[in-house]
Amino acid sequence: MSKPHPNKEKMASRFGESGRRLAYLFVHISRMSKLMVQSLKAIFVAPFRGITIRWGATFVQMVRVGVESVPIVTVIAFCVGLIIAMQAAYQLERFGASIYVADLVGVSMCRELGPLITAIIVSGRSGSAIAAEIGTMKVSEEIDALQTMALNPIGFLVVPRMLAMMIVVPCLTVLADFVGIAGGFVLAVTNLKLAFVAYFNQTAEALLAKDFITGLIKSFFFAIIIAQVGAYQGFNVQGGAEGVGKSTTSSVVISIFLVIFADLLFTMLFYSTL
Amino acid sequence: MNEPIIKINDLHTSYGKRKILKGIDLDIYANETLVILGRSGCGKSTLLRHIVGLDKPDSGDIYIKGKNISTADEKQRNILLKKIGMLFQNGALFNSMTVGENVALPLEEHTPQDKSIIQIMTRMKLGLVGLSGFENFMPSQLSGGMKKRAALARAIAMDPDILFCDEPSAGLDPIVAVGIDNLILKLKTAMRMTIVVVTHEMASVFVIADRICLLHEGEIKFLGSIEEMRKSRDPNVVQFLERRPDEESLDPDKYLQALVGEQR
Repeated sequence: MSKPHPNKEKMASRFGESGRRLAYLFVHISRMSKLMVQSLKAIFVAPFRGITIRWGATFVQMVRVGVESVPIVTVIAFCVGLIIAMQAAYQLERFGASIYVADLVGVSMCRELGPLITAIIVSGRSGSAIAAEIGTMKVSEEIDALQTMALNPIGFLVVPRMLAMMIVVPCLTVLADFVGIAGGFVLAVTNLKLAFVAYFNQTAEALLAKDFITGLIKSFFFAIIIAQVGAYQGFNVQGGAEGVGKSTTSSVVISIFLVIFADLLFTMLFYSTL
Repeated sequence: MNEPIIKINDLHTSYGKRKILKGIDLDIYANETLVILGRSGCGKSTLLRHIVGLDKPDSGDIYIKGKNISTADEKQRNILLKKIGMLFQNGALFNSMTVGENVALPLEEHTPQDKSIIQIMTRMKLGLVGLSGFENFMPSQLSGGMKKRAALARAIAMDPDILFCDEPSAGLDPIVAVGIDNLILKLKTAMRMTIVVVTHEMASVFVIADRICLLHEGEIKFLGSIEEMRKSRDPNVVQFLERRPDEESLDPDKYLQALVGEQR
């Protein structure tokens, strides 16, 4: 057989490489949806078939994901509230419409920034922890040990973490919403010299229940994304310590990407329908 | 002889393109101790992982108590697994739990007993492996040999019918290793367990084995008792018994080629 032209070979290998990557992407998507289906089944269907959820472990996770992130969520949401208020004031003051800072801060915190900031903090703090924990357990054969003891790793490891996130992330979002609004409030009262009551009334008038609720719906789905990506990356660890590190990193990168992408979809949906 | 408790038919498996197991046929009978012997990388751990259903074979069947483990659904497999104990090579204790919690976990999950009875059973099992008083230690506070014994206590927590041990004495000092061998003998006589041990330690093979299965490059080269093994003229068996290294190939051209050969 004659040797193919070197350039041709290079081209072919390039195409081969990108094809392989695309194929891997589909493999990942299908495996991840499988994990998602199994976990959702374990949470919503299995309890009706007599398989109990491990509430003790779930509670421990709720403390670790939720209670322990309260300080950082509070500080960051407060700063973001201040920042938006300043940016809004910068523009609105020119029109003598500083009071509308209240509208802008309130609505953007509840609809968008509260859920998003919370999700990003949680994926950095807890999504990575899920990936690292499950990944280390996989490397040290603990996952195999669970299976040989007839214990389902999904029920044992994923369900408590995912359930904890589904409960706790919306709670953290509520906190972020209020603290963010408080941040804007502090700026308005001190710097913009707006009256305390006027700002409060303006915020109350601007905010509709749907702003608040759409934010909470988003945060619920963000929680599922973060827990799933963390768990998937954990189960997918190959090799030793290096593999755990890689998976932890990609769990954060992928979950932030997916959270923002999902946010875009939800915002499009809510913007056009509600 | 009676019906085998584990029956393996023509098992083939591979990692990627590398073939690991090439047609394994093996029957394991109740109450016997079978030692699977072989060099590192010959596929013995892989064989064990297939028997307990952690890996799926490319082809072939594995029957445990007449049920096919690779096609059984989760429920059936769990019923089988509850009566199987597995000791992993590095113990695989849950590092986030104490030793006592590790041993108690299968009992808590699979038996309806209340806490006080489970605590007594946990202490009994830990006592059996010589670790009484260690239930509140974390695995990271134990030495390698203690970890392995704690893992053994967890493996026998449910009083299994079949116990699998993956290199039980690897990386242990000879005294602890003998201790583990004695423990295996004790389990066999006292609890009438079927025990399958994967190892390459010849010293412990002669102590514990009823039958020996020699695996070489994914194939069974020898299967029989210790006496039969001593009489065997199979080159692989002889090499193992006499601890002879591989013969070095004396082909200077090939060696040179391997050193300077172009990477493709």
